[in-house]
Amino acid sequence: MSASLATVSYIAATILFILSLGGLSNPETSRRGNLYGMIGMAIAVLATVFGPRVTSGGIAWVAIALVVGGGIGVYLARTVKMTQMPELVAFMHSLVGLVAVLVGYASYIDPSASAGMSGAETAIHHMEVYVGVLIGAVTLSGSVIAFGKLSGRVGGKPLLLPGRHLLNLAGLLVVIWFGYAFMRAPNIQAGMMPLIVMTVIALLFGIHMVMAIGGADMPVVVSMLNSYSGWAAAATGFMLSNDLLIVTGALVGSSGAILSYIMCRAMNRNFISVIAGGFGGGDAKPKAVGGPAAPQGETVSVSAQETADLLKEAKTVVIVPGYGMAVAQAQHTVFEITKRLRELGKTVRFAIHPVAGRMPGHMNVLLAEAKVPYDIVMEMDEINEDFPDTDVSMVIGANDIVNPSALEDPSSPIAGMPVLEVWKANTSIVMKRSMASGYAGVDNPLFYKENNRMLFGDAKKMLDEVLAALRA
Amino acid sequence: MPQVIGVPKELFPLEKRVATVPDAIAKLQKLGFSVIVQSGAGDAASIGDDAYAAAGAKVVPDAAAVWSGADIILKVRAPGKEEANLLREGQTLISFIWPAQNPDLMQSLAARKATVLAIDSLPRTLSRAQKMDALTSMAGVSGYRAVIEAANAFGRFFNGQITAAGKVPPAKVFIAGAGVAGLAAVGTAANMGAIVRANDTRAEVADQVVSLGGEFVKVNYEEEGSGGGGYAKVMSEGFQAAQRAMYAEQAKDADIIITTALIPGKPAPKLITAEMVRSMKPGSVIVDMAGEQGGNCELTEPGQAVVKHGVTIIGYTDLVSRLAKQSSTLYATNLFRVVEELCKTKDGVINVNMDDDAIRGLTVIKDGAVTWPPPQLKPAAVPAKAPAPVVAEKKGGHGHGASGAPMPAGKLAAMFAVAAVLFLLIGLYAPPAFLGHFTVFVLGCFVGYQVVWNVTPALHTPLMSVTNAISSIIIIGALVQISPPLVAAVAGEGARPDELIKWLAVAGIALTAINMFGGFAVTQRMLSMFQK
Repeated sequence: MSASLATVSYIAATILFILSLGGLSNPETSRRGNLYGMIGMAIAVLATVFGPRVTSGGIAWVAIALVVGGGIGVYLARTVKMTQMPELVAFMHSLVGLVAVLVGYASYIDPSASAGMSGAETAIHHMEVYVGVLIGAVTLSGSVIAFGKLSGRVGGKPLLLPGRHLLNLAGLLVVIWFGYAFMRAPNIQAGMMPLIVMTVIALLFGIHMVMAIGGADMPVVVSMLNSYSGWAAAATGFMLSNDLLIVTGALVGSSGAILSYIMCRAMNRNFISVIAGGFGGGDAKPKAVGGPAAPQGETVSVSAQETADLLKEAKTVVIVPGYGMAVAQAQHTVFEITKRLRELGKTVRFAIHPVAGRMPGHMNVLLAEAKVPYDIVMEMDEINEDFPDTDVSMVIGANDIVNPSALEDPSSPIAGMPVLEVWKANTSIVMKRSMASGYAGVDNPLFYKENNRMLFGDAKKMLDEVLAALRA
Repeated sequence: MPQVIGVPKELFPLEKRVATVPDAIAKLQKLGFSVIVQSGAGDAASIGDDAYAAAGAKVVPDAAAVWSGADIILKVRAPGKEEANLLREGQTLISFIWPAQNPDLMQSLAARKATVLAIDSLPRTLSRAQKMDALTSMAGVSGYRAVIEAANAFGRFFNGQITAAGKVPPAKVFIAGAGVAGLAAVGTAANMGAIVRANDTRAEVADQVVSLGGEFVKVNYEEEGSGGGGYAKVMSEGFQAAQRAMYAEQAKDADIIITTALIPGKPAPKLITAEMVRSMKPGSVIVDMAGEQGGNCELTEPGQAVVKHGVTIIGYTDLVSRLAKQSSTLYATNLFRVVEELCKTKDGVINVNMDDDAIRGLTVIKDGAVTWPPPQLKPAAVPAKAPAPVVAEKKGGHGHGASGAPMPAGKLAAMFAVAAVLFLLIGLYAPPAFLGHFTVFVLGCFVGYQVVWNVTPALHTPLMSVTNAISSIIIIGALVQISPPLVAAVAGEGARPDELIKWLAVAGIALTAINMFGGFAVTQRMLSMFQK
């Protein structure tokens, strides 16, 4: 295959990737979108393998590596539970980071990569290697920690080292200093030391960055790491002078960046403060205690039977799922309840807050898994106006995203965050394990509202009882 | 030893309610109690002995058996003389008592050395108490019934109709007093299609009247009439004059007047004078719900429906009993909630905990000692005015502004300036080969930006997994390193460490393959779940 043919194949692959992302604008076209992505990837890989840059000696190795890795990948994809999607995604991000580091090192020690370059070109190439490895290493360690946090292996509480901003700043200065040393290194052996030191610092920085972020901010972190993995690919593209890598990396990078931005907006927080870390940990907490008056009043708790009775009497029901539903694996029961209520002639809809769960769109996937039709699953903006006309709103394992103090109490730490206004329904039922506050550490006045009822207990167990009562 | 709850038949004339119903019995048994019911107790409310027996209660033949066999007596009306004498030491009685109006009864009950909980003494301002609030639930029933009685006596439709036989105007209903009963009446009458107006001395109920479909009529006089405990207070002379003028005006216009004005411990205020009745249209109806306290209308005869000056004046005192099954069910639930509060341990034994605000208020006699009136509760009567909803402030500083809203010009200019400087630097120093790639990169970012904004939020998780799969395009980096054509081995920096690079590359390919295959496969799996 000639170089020109390979390049044309790359262009085709680029177009297919763009179409792939474009297909996701609608569930109906999304499957075709995914197919475009696969075809694009296949074209890109084949064009490279049979292109001018790979000689026949490597093909066997490529095949072996693809089969081994592909087998593991398909196995993971088949067996992963939908509730574990955030972990899987974080794990995959870490792989991209790791590969970016490996490719960077390999490219650096490969004299043929920079052969025939002029002085400035070599300098740029070295800088690209340095930056590529840097981004890759941050993505790698950050994703590993995110994976640990999401799977519960690392505690969800933000770890806030004293003077953490200074630490980060110091790390940055060291990285720049060694970058200078790296660029001036007369040969590869001399450049190795600064490169390794920088990699270690970048790894530490990635760990530190994600450790400092609380559980509720995980959607931002996951999408941010998604973005990083894209930038890592783009940096590798610069390093190897490969336009396909650059474009694809830029696509992925900007996609992740937009997602991070959407998540931040949904929490009314700015990106910098999320990355700087500590929601509900550092400075937010004392404000929560001192500032707004603690909600007054009594909560009214109900039994599963009474919940079922309320649902039976309602005409319109809106269900608001949160992370608690994912933890309890209750989505299938939720669907059974939905089905039963629809048989009884009720209008049932779902309201999804953008940051419900641990990654963007997490709840949608869980509900889809449980076969809830996507046309009754509504976004926050679509459904918020409808709450006053709703008879019963049922909140399952969510807290901060239905907290009225975000709108009513300007001194609340979550003031200004858009929330689902479930309390405007005639009756709201909150299903919860206990009275503990959410990740933001803010007490929720919703629980004390007169039209609110609390159903305490494990979401799955309580919902099973509600379902049984509905069928009785 | 679980305690026994006894429910005797009500003896008061015209009383048709009963203190518990089969549904409540089932719940009481879950708390650990056993229940005995006097034979015939529920007959007037259309609940037969067999229904009680089916719910698990023991039906006993007479009142004496109930009073002697039970540890806790549930009743509706305050006990009469004979009943009071049946009360024994250590027994607990829960019913309406009205301790302020019945001092003699209080003394005779105290003499029996029993414990008495008066459901009418519930501190209604505790939000926890709402579920026990029998006054409210009974008032709701009577308000509904008042409208039904009015409709029954009224010779026309409530709703306006246009029929082949001509146009029928809607009835005009005026409701004096928008407490629970009044509000229930507003809702019922409005649902039946009438034009409803209502008035109350407490201005804060105006919203509730409107929300139920009524219109709130103001008295042209400034005075606040909340008297604590959810009741109205006696108003000043000037206000009363203004109020009379308003009522006179309404009487001329309305077809139906329903009055519900009560002031605790005092005779009902006379709102509708004989003069006003005379001014009403013939065939009009007045339902006076305050009949038991003397009536709000001068011409009311308590317990009777009479026609005076062509106006039917209904002064029934048993409106709740005229809906006996409904009111019994509600009352039984209220009492069940009381028992539940008394028996937090759910072991079938009650504990009259005087440290609990709600129970303290309810308990008027504790082991023979009169504990009424209770000490004043904290004056939390009206829930503090709801804080005015704060319009979410838009944060200044960083950020992109809400999508759709154009950025402030200054900020936009600053961004462009920064971008221009960056581009200038790159243009000055970067070699042409880099610029080509840079162009591709910037355009790639913009394409990504445009495409991703169109992605529906429901598909954000698949978006992440597919971008993840796509980012394994980095595999190309590893592929081109595994065995490149050795054209440049002459570069002079020593031999290429082929083996090391090959292993790095193989590892890279294998790792990316996990990502690539796994990412696309899991995306496919997810997307196939999305269905209509």
